[in-house]
Amino acid sequence: MPAKRREIVPMALLWGAGISTIVILIVILAYILAKGLPLISWHFLTTNPGVRGQTGAGIYSTIVATVAVTGVALLVAAPLSVGGAIYLNEYTRENLLRKVIRQAAEVLAGIPSIIIGLFGFLFFVIYLLPYTGGWSVLSAGLTLAFMVLPISLRISEEALKAVPGELREGSLGLGATKWQSITTVVLPTALPGIITGLILGMGRAIGETAAILLTAGGALGVIQSLRDPACPMTLYIYNILTEYNDTSAAYGTAAVLIIAILAITFITDWLMNSYTKKLQGL
Amino acid sequence: MVVTFNRAVRTLRRSGTRDAGERFIQLILLVCAVSSIFAIFLIIVFVFSQGVPFLAEAGLGFLTTSVWLPADSFAAGTWGIFPIILGSLIVTLGAVAIGAPLGIACAVFLAEIAPPAVRRLLVPSVSALAGVPSVVYGFFALLVIVPWIRGQFGGFGTSILACWIILSVMILPTIISVSTDAVRAVPREYKEGSLAMGATRWQTIRSVLIPAASSGIMASVILGMGRAIGETMAVLLVAGNSVTIPGSIFAPVSTLTATIALEMGYATGAHQQALFAMGVVLFVFILILTGLANLASRRRVTF
Repeated sequence: MPAKRREIVPMALLWGAGISTIVILIVILAYILAKGLPLISWHFLTTNPGVRGQTGAGIYSTIVATVAVTGVALLVAAPLSVGGAIYLNEYTRENLLRKVIRQAAEVLAGIPSIIIGLFGFLFFVIYLLPYTGGWSVLSAGLTLAFMVLPISLRISEEALKAVPGELREGSLGLGATKWQSITTVVLPTALPGIITGLILGMGRAIGETAAILLTAGGALGVIQSLRDPACPMTLYIYNILTEYNDTSAAYGTAAVLIIAILAITFITDWLMNSYTKKLQGL
Repeated sequence: MVVTFNRAVRTLRRSGTRDAGERFIQLILLVCAVSSIFAIFLIIVFVFSQGVPFLAEAGLGFLTTSVWLPADSFAAGTWGIFPIILGSLIVTLGAVAIGAPLGIACAVFLAEIAPPAVRRLLVPSVSALAGVPSVVYGFFALLVIVPWIRGQFGGFGTSILACWIILSVMILPTIISVSTDAVRAVPREYKEGSLAMGATRWQTIRSVLIPAASSGIMASVILGMGRAIGETMAVLLVAGNSVTIPGSIFAPVSTLTATIALEMGYATGAHQQALFAMGVVLFVFILILTGLANLASRRRVTF
């Protein structure tokens, strides 16, 4: 058995690589949650940040800012990405247009967030100033839409592709028009996959910082309108780390972000598993 | 007779409007589909409109000289970003050198070895690693890795090494997910043939699976490289951001992304244009990497 014995070391290394990936995640999450969770209270979530990050204050306005910015991004990106995915999957065959669009989405997804931020600064903050109010929730949300779009487009397309052709044929055979089959048969079947794409896009928007840094303005007050400058949670963490002496609020904010990201991971994981099962049942 | 006629007209008319409606919907969907192309077009036009004129004025010296003293007017500043480009490359290559072996090994483990129970834990772990915001990675690195380096090796702690460690973790999800797909895509017959001929599991992995999946694995590494060179917040927090050619891996370093993020806050005039020019340089790097990744994944390995 010499060959078998020589296996032990490489096999152990492969196991080590797999386990260490889980361990790295646990170490990072445990460190931040251990320091951050004790800080989270109803008071922390519902009180505004104090001047220059004083202790005892909360993060209410930054949560509002994150929700508003993410909402704007999803409102723009969701119809574009789902509509685009429907067009690509239901109305075209594998042709040049489809290849070009898929390639474009891939390039868009690979553009570093700081470059998207530079663009957002120039286009939304400066060029469209009369409409967006300059540095604002609207500018930041519209900029983030460019990052949510390719993620959601790709996953929606995959979800639609997984819908069996028989379902469409059945619906068309019963006399439904193309659009009727899409809205009554294809979309309901693909819904878990499409929602997964949107939730992952949402996660990207919630966690983004670099593009926000150049477009949101960083004001800590509670926003009154979408044209107000704002400071989402991620930007608040960065500002605390670079400007304040007391970093405790950063732990609490990071813990809230991590809980949101973990929730997103579990929900999408569960959705995709149930979608796979559903398709197997068809 | 009249009733039948009327009914026919009504049916025709209805189907006519229905067709027009369908065509209208299709048009709207087409607009949605091309929005990605339009988005890239907008980004390129706006970023390049600021960056390219500056590049043209500064010439090749912008990329090859080492003194970075930005100012509001072009004449008053000294514009050399060579140390910054070098910083981006050092940080990226080091992160890939650490992250790629770990990520590829993890992918092989995930695709071939992991028992279902471990797989059920590992797959969401990789998604969670991908979902953790970059500022949170930077936060962790600044408060854990940087003090550790300061204690062990002296200096400020904010250094190339700190960037390597945290970036190597951040590129893991990209490398693992793309490599896993590549290993899974190897036809079963290759593996079964190898095992049937008496090869052990490790021999099969090493001599059959990895070579057969090599193009996809290569693509995953290049994509990881793109993620590392484009990463901003974590690097900004732990790099130290000094525009000098670093003397050791414990020295501070600055990268294209971090410099843009740091200096956009106060830059005006020519300085701001110079930062857009850096954005153009970064964009070109990313386009090259995307092209290479496409080439790699298109190459098919045959036996």
